[in-house]
Amino acid sequence: MNEIVVIDYGVGNLLSVKRGLEYCGVKAIITSKPEDIVNATKIILPGVGAFKNAMQSLESLGLVKVIQEVANRKIDLLGICLGMQLLLDESNEFGLTKGLGLIPGRVVAIPLKNNEGIINKIPHIGWSKLINPEENSDWNDGILKTIESGDSFYFIHSYMALTNNNKYTIAHCLYGSEKIPAVIQRNRIIGCQFHPEKSGEVGLKILREFCEL
Amino acid sequence: MTNVSSLLGNNLRLIARLDIKGENLIKGIQLEGLRIIGPPNEYALKYYLQGADELIYMDCVASLYGRNHLSNIITDATKNIFVPITVGGGIRSVNDAFKILRAGADKVAINTAAVANPSLIENISREFGSQCMVLSVEAKKVSVNKWEVYTDNGREKTGIDVVDWVKKGVDLGAGEILLTSVDKEGTRKGFDISLVKSVTDQSMVPVIASGGMGTPEDLLKAVNEGGASAVAMADILHYGRSNINDVRNTAMNAGFGVREYFFE
Repeated sequence: MNEIVVIDYGVGNLLSVKRGLEYCGVKAIITSKPEDIVNATKIILPGVGAFKNAMQSLESLGLVKVIQEVANRKIDLLGICLGMQLLLDESNEFGLTKGLGLIPGRVVAIPLKNNEGIINKIPHIGWSKLINPEENSDWNDGILKTIESGDSFYFIHSYMALTNNNKYTIAHCLYGSEKIPAVIQRNRIIGCQFHPEKSGEVGLKILREFCEL
Repeated sequence: MTNVSSLLGNNLRLIARLDIKGENLIKGIQLEGLRIIGPPNEYALKYYLQGADELIYMDCVASLYGRNHLSNIITDATKNIFVPITVGGGIRSVNDAFKILRAGADKVAINTAAVANPSLIENISREFGSQCMVLSVEAKKVSVNKWEVYTDNGREKTGIDVVDWVKKGVDLGAGEILLTSVDKEGTRKGFDISLVKSVTDQSMVPVIASGGMGTPEDLLKAVNEGGASAVAMADILHYGRSNINDVRNTAMNAGFGVREYFFE
């Protein structure tokens, strides 16, 4: 199997992503070099922290155009947590910032109050169940193949990635009564809001499926 | 602040806390009289396999000597442990935080250096996000419903009121509070529920109750009355008086949402 390129733009726990892939028997290269990314067949875009800083880092490393270009060449791309949010068109975290524009949609704050007026604790931190948004959403083929509706994953975030079209949201979770997109996908571009590398065995299954796509 | 239910649709988090001195997992009583338990990652792996939702590693003497020894232990742990890891003890700067995150930590817990320099909270949450910045608070009771912030693993008084400090820390960007009762720590007498409640009443961010868990049932009050989002367990696990699986069953039977996990 080909090695997987993990994009390093200065933030986050990249080691755990690498170790998760190694645990699945796949070699991972952590890099911020455009030439490594251009030649990759599978890319993981990790990330924690703020949207604006992350886009600035990608920009200053000269990676925005590179990622957009390789993603449109139909390689497999997986964005994790902030890396998922970066796939969308824009975010209003610390001022409106343009994203990578690979999946139509925008990133907004998780509402502080739900529709019953109950205050949501922000950030959303913890293990939440993945829910299949529609009966007909197909998990049988693709990254969620080995996952069952109800399996729990580790989330830690204050913003959420709302796609423009329901068909791009292939799984969500509930935070209080708030529906939060958990896995989004357009063609071979995938994002997950939770951390598969921090979600125990079920999380590693997702990394394994990504490697085998 | 009304209507704050700590759990809502969120699952209660069950966290194993590992206090470290040098290369050893240790445990004290009221953060003193430290006894060696064993190699930290043997215990960490056991708790991971039992279904711990997160791990906290705390270097208890780091502030005293101005260093943190945990990098190697954490890097080693990431080989076979795939749940979030919070690291605390002796982190004094954004660069210290960066190094420990690179070593495999997901979050940093800061007490002493944040008290000395509150802008560190802001700088770390700006740089890595507030989800990464855990404010560790060591609280010692001074009178009814009043607690003082201690630093240096419960050795130094600060004169700062716990509730005021938490409010300030959250304003500066802390995304989570690790609240340790110095009075209850290691005593197995249950959490200081009024401390937990005083803090959760004033905090919009999740609070981890730490210190005093003697039986699985102790977590019920911490959540129902205290409003905790998570509980940290040490002594109860290290000495095998209970295990994560039994604790999860207790929480489930009480009607709390917990992560579904099948312990083999």
